[in-house]
Amino acid sequence: MSFTVVKAQPGGELPGGEALTWSDGGLGRREFLRRACIIAAGVVGLPSSAAAKMYEETVVKGKKPSVIWLHFQECTGCTESLLRAEHPPLDDLLLDLISLDYHETLLAAAGKQAEAARTQAMRANAGKYILVVEGAIPMKDNGIYCKVGGKTAVEILNECAAQAGAIIAIGSCASWGGIPSSDPNPTGAVGVTGALKGKTVVTIPGCPANPYNFLGTALQFATFGTLPALDSKGRPKFAYGRTIHEDCPRRPHFDAGRFALKYGDQGHRDGWCLYQLGCKGPVTHANCSLQPFGEVPGAWPIGIGHPCFGCTEQFVGFSIAQSTTVPIENPTPSTTFAAVNSGGGKMGVAAVGVGGAILGAVVSAGYKFSTTLDAEEPSADEEA
Amino acid sequence: MSHATAPVGGRILTKPMLVLLGLFGLAAALLLWRFIQGLGAVTAMSDRYPWGLWIAYDVVTGTALACGGYALAILIYILNKGRFHPLIRSAILTSALGYTLGGFSVIVDLGRFWNVWKVPTLFWKWNFSSILLEVALCIMAYMFVLWIELAPAFLEGAKAAGNPKLRRLAEKTLGPLEKAMPFIVALGLLLPTMHQSSLGSLMMLAGQKVHPLWQTPLLPLLFLISCICMGYGVVVLESALSSTYFGLPRETPLLRRLGRVVAPLLGLYLVLRLGDLAIHGKLGLIFTSGFFSVLFLAEMALFVTPIVMFYTEAKPKLGQLFRGAMMIVLAGALYRFSTFLVAFRPSKGWVYFPSVGETLITVGLIAGEIAAYIFVVKKFPILQSRPRRATVRRLGADVIDRLPIPSTAPASGD
Repeated sequence: MSFTVVKAQPGGELPGGEALTWSDGGLGRREFLRRACIIAAGVVGLPSSAAAKMYEETVVKGKKPSVIWLHFQECTGCTESLLRAEHPPLDDLLLDLISLDYHETLLAAAGKQAEAARTQAMRANAGKYILVVEGAIPMKDNGIYCKVGGKTAVEILNECAAQAGAIIAIGSCASWGGIPSSDPNPTGAVGVTGALKGKTVVTIPGCPANPYNFLGTALQFATFGTLPALDSKGRPKFAYGRTIHEDCPRRPHFDAGRFALKYGDQGHRDGWCLYQLGCKGPVTHANCSLQPFGEVPGAWPIGIGHPCFGCTEQFVGFSIAQSTTVPIENPTPSTTFAAVNSGGGKMGVAAVGVGGAILGAVVSAGYKFSTTLDAEEPSADEEA
Repeated sequence: MSHATAPVGGRILTKPMLVLLGLFGLAAALLLWRFIQGLGAVTAMSDRYPWGLWIAYDVVTGTALACGGYALAILIYILNKGRFHPLIRSAILTSALGYTLGGFSVIVDLGRFWNVWKVPTLFWKWNFSSILLEVALCIMAYMFVLWIELAPAFLEGAKAAGNPKLRRLAEKTLGPLEKAMPFIVALGLLLPTMHQSSLGSLMMLAGQKVHPLWQTPLLPLLFLISCICMGYGVVVLESALSSTYFGLPRETPLLRRLGRVVAPLLGLYLVLRLGDLAIHGKLGLIFTSGFFSVLFLAEMALFVTPIVMFYTEAKPKLGQLFRGAMMIVLAGALYRFSTFLVAFRPSKGWVYFPSVGETLITVGLIAGEIAAYIFVVKKFPILQSRPRRATVRRLGADVIDRLPIPSTAPASGD
């Protein structure tokens, strides 16, 4: 695919009559954003008309959703992966698609100034802003293990959630506690769902979460004021409705019974199924194979020869050892198919002889019997 | 009942009976070996031919041969042709024996036969999209229905017996049983309709593995029609054979009428079979399929000849009826064997022919079936009792012993 290079002056017009405000000699910026919206809409399973609406609302009308992004017990991996989203790139995302009013990693402000930005955004967009939480919330000892600006994580969370239009927990830590909640869980870490009882929380688990699963959800809310359909754990069904195993590119090897048994063995080198190495694909719900990270196909654990870790699944990721195999959740075809076109079966001479002789004997005996009936004189009673 | 039935009587352990029991004993020994060593030790079945002779003959062809009871019940109870009633008891007996053989063979054929009890009992786990489940349940249920339909014969036999306790029990049971009989007969009409057609559906699921001359969406209907034809055929064979061997009255006029019934059915089968090929543009395959062309034409010949035989002769003799019936039975059997085994080509290079062990087990089970038939008709009132005035035809006096005329026969059978 090639794009026409459009050299245009600020304020100039594209051949399509669309106003052009920015160009670096490549794809027009607005066109670029339109495509970003199409991708984001596509991720949530919305039609292309929805993408047009997203574009209309956010770019043309400038109604950008206000986003307040909180960091608690985490590694900032989810933010890092969002920073590396190509469609749209971070600057377009921040400047045109959303209004990121508070984000500790990306803030220019610091100290009291930063806290003021948060409270001001909350006041200005009360009931409408999107609250994004990254990281687990420590509950033990009144939550003293994570503090920002003198307040504990749970205090900040409650304050921000009270007036939020939508709450999105990004990453496994925010979804159910992730790594911080692993045994022995010294800080009593829980996810947003655990800290905010009774509130609808969209969870986008993953370590890190796929940025498109997040963007699709956020832009759907910004455009239509609705949230995608969620499963019982608050995960959007468009992304977490199926297991890794169901859409795994190595699935044919599983069905055919071809397994890598050791790291580096011939099966492993040949790209065979990683189940025997402890792959958690059969019990892990996520769309990793369908929506590549950073638009690089194959850039995910199974794609590079590592068994799935189960990072999107509570009680699997960070809970079950990597080498432990898991039960298969859905029934699967047999692994003992006979080889194709190998030929086989028995057809013994004796068997054919015996079979033929018996059939012949029965038929000829029947015929002979019928001829003896022919010879019989019809008696009175049978002509009655 | 307008006609009288009575036990044939006579000695049980005759020479032919001993031969039959010997064959059955051989099969039993081989069966023991199969249950100890597994299927591979006795059969020629493979991963690609998991259904062999035991399914193709014992279950699919055997239950179709056992459709005499079903086919006659259609005539008598649905079309209200009461004159065929004298034939029904022996037909039900052959049906009951045939279905029992089929049901038993399924267990022999199952790799993990010890799980079979789960099929009728774990009903909350039933897969209602499974044709195999329907076949299994129907065959099991029909087997019981047939034995219940036959129960009056056993109870009448018990009544006639000396034991007073047994007589009282029989007298008590017979009345309610006769009252319930219409419902049981209705069930006995429904169940074979369901599973005999489903036996065809089984191979429809095999898709392209079945040669296009046999693979058609009409398989269920063709299986149903041909099983009814085979049922009539078996009634003719059985009547001719038993009247000869037991010295009983011939039923030739009735059998002639059956011929008139079965001929149009055979015609319907042919019209559907060839019409289906024509509609799907497969007529050319009849001549271009090599071995399968021969197989197909043989099947056609076997279906066409009985029609010609029954229509060209105004009053066919019993011998002709017997040959015609034999051909009908062979036609239906060939059609079933073709669909299930010969025209079933699961993969390149794979072959199957029943091993000697498999064949001997099937032969032995059939021998057991015949032995059971002889035992029951000698002991219980199944066959018509009026003695034949004509000389008792004895085919090979050394094979069949002379049979006494039953003393319980009423003075007039009509």
